[in-house]
Amino acid sequence: MLYSEKVMDHFRNPRNVGEMPDADGIGEVGNAKCGDIMRMYIKVIDGIITDVKFMTFGCGSAIATSSIATEMIKGKSIDEALELSNQAVVEALGGLPAHKIHCSVLAEEAVKAAVKDYYDKHGIAYDQEKYCAGNCPCIHEHDIHD
Amino acid sequence: MIYLDNAGTTKVSENVKNAMIPYFDEIYGNASSLHEMGQIAKEHLERAREKVANLIGAEPREIYFTSGGSESDNWAIDSACKIGEMRGKKHIITSAFEHHAILHTLKEKEKQGFKVTYLPVYENGIVKVEDLKNALADDTCLVTIMYANNEIGTIQPIKEIGAICREKGVPFHTDAVQAVGHLPINVKEQNIDMLSISGHKFHGPKGVGVLFCKKNIPLFNLINGGAQERNRRAGTENLAGIVGLSVALEDAVNEMNEVSKKEIKLRDKLFEELSKIPHSKINGDKKNRLPNNFNMSFEGIEGESLLLLLNDKGICASSGSACTSGSLDPSHVLLAIGLPHEIAHGSLRLTLSKYTTEEEINETIRAVAEVVEYLRKMSPVWDKLEKGEIKHVI
Repeated sequence: MLYSEKVMDHFRNPRNVGEMPDADGIGEVGNAKCGDIMRMYIKVIDGIITDVKFMTFGCGSAIATSSIATEMIKGKSIDEALELSNQAVVEALGGLPAHKIHCSVLAEEAVKAAVKDYYDKHGIAYDQEKYCAGNCPCIHEHDIHD
Repeated sequence: MIYLDNAGTTKVSENVKNAMIPYFDEIYGNASSLHEMGQIAKEHLERAREKVANLIGAEPREIYFTSGGSESDNWAIDSACKIGEMRGKKHIITSAFEHHAILHTLKEKEKQGFKVTYLPVYENGIVKVEDLKNALADDTCLVTIMYANNEIGTIQPIKEIGAICREKGVPFHTDAVQAVGHLPINVKEQNIDMLSISGHKFHGPKGVGVLFCKKNIPLFNLINGGAQERNRRAGTENLAGIVGLSVALEDAVNEMNEVSKKEIKLRDKLFEELSKIPHSKINGDKKNRLPNNFNMSFEGIEGESLLLLLNDKGICASSGSACTSGSLDPSHVLLAIGLPHEIAHGSLRLTLSKYTTEEEINETIRAVAEVVEYLRKMSPVWDKLEKGEIKHVI
């Protein structure tokens, strides 16, 4: 099998999947052309992410990384959520095939994009440089592939 | 398990399996040996060669057994290029959506200074003979165009292509790996100079194939060593495999009418029912394609997730999505017929066999419809399409 048990579990039974109409922040990263788009919704109360939802267009690992990322930031403070790294996502999933690592990068970016959107919508000042937020050219393997 | 990936490989039929068994421990002689065991093996080898030749309208001496379709493709191209180079001809014509056994070999030739023209295949997935006429040049040393495409099954105008090549005196090779055993083939009537066959695509064994090379077309050695395959390809023959291929081809040709009818009926049912899914599209010409080939795209979803979920439901399928190939680009075939990347990512290929049943097709229709709906529900792309934020492409 291409994927670990954990990846297949999150793919088959994605956690926190769906829309969130009253989200405080929404982040969307990726590109349909490359084959994956992640949208992350967050609900924030007193600096704590009380609820998370996601919608993903993509392969098995794209769905699994989104799913586990929502679990990893739910109930956490925004600062903690911002510390979520793609490596942590990969580790939590028990590894990903090399050509799927970019999915975990997308998951990290989706969280950051949602937080950035929350800051923007609520007039909260932040360090622009810390947020890729889908505005910067995302370095996918796609771009570095010969 | 519902196996609908027969363009990938097929099950060895009971008849083929039984035909092969004696060659492991009874008729196991080396066909190059002088003794009786060797000579018996030699007889069986030549009988298999005759059988294959008869089934495709060739002469036995024009049949070279290989390890499979990729080897046959590589050999045909290498040989034609060597001859071309000797004559100062370094131009090759092919189509944009050949199998990688052709495309990657031609990429190597490009590095060696050959010029390659890739004919367009248009939305229907069929090359235009006019384009070939226009592309032919004085220095063209080879035309190689597949008989039927491996992903979308579209059938190319082989006979017309062959006629034009013959008129110009340019050797014509066709990768017929997907077509042999599924469509009637006669190399003489269809003006084919070289043709590749793979045994495991029609219920024969893996690891054995054929290169047909017309007797007046020079063929360079592939493997040096013994005198096997008319001195062109050394190595003790894989007799069990060769006999298996010949029996499989004989069965496939004998059963072709009946099997094709059944496959077309079931395949068209898949098209009819799954076309009811909104924003879906049949890839490639609907009629002029292999009887067992189904290929559709579903907007707003990605192929690998589709395959994994179908697999969970016991259905083996295939997709042209990037994620299923291990590369990051979707199938070059689907891009060649003009599909945008995002639509190519959402493609599904189902390929039937003589063993496919109506019940299996009905179950597959239900499963695909269910999975597409499920994936669309979680797809932000589908969400935007539905809300009118982006426009439907199909």
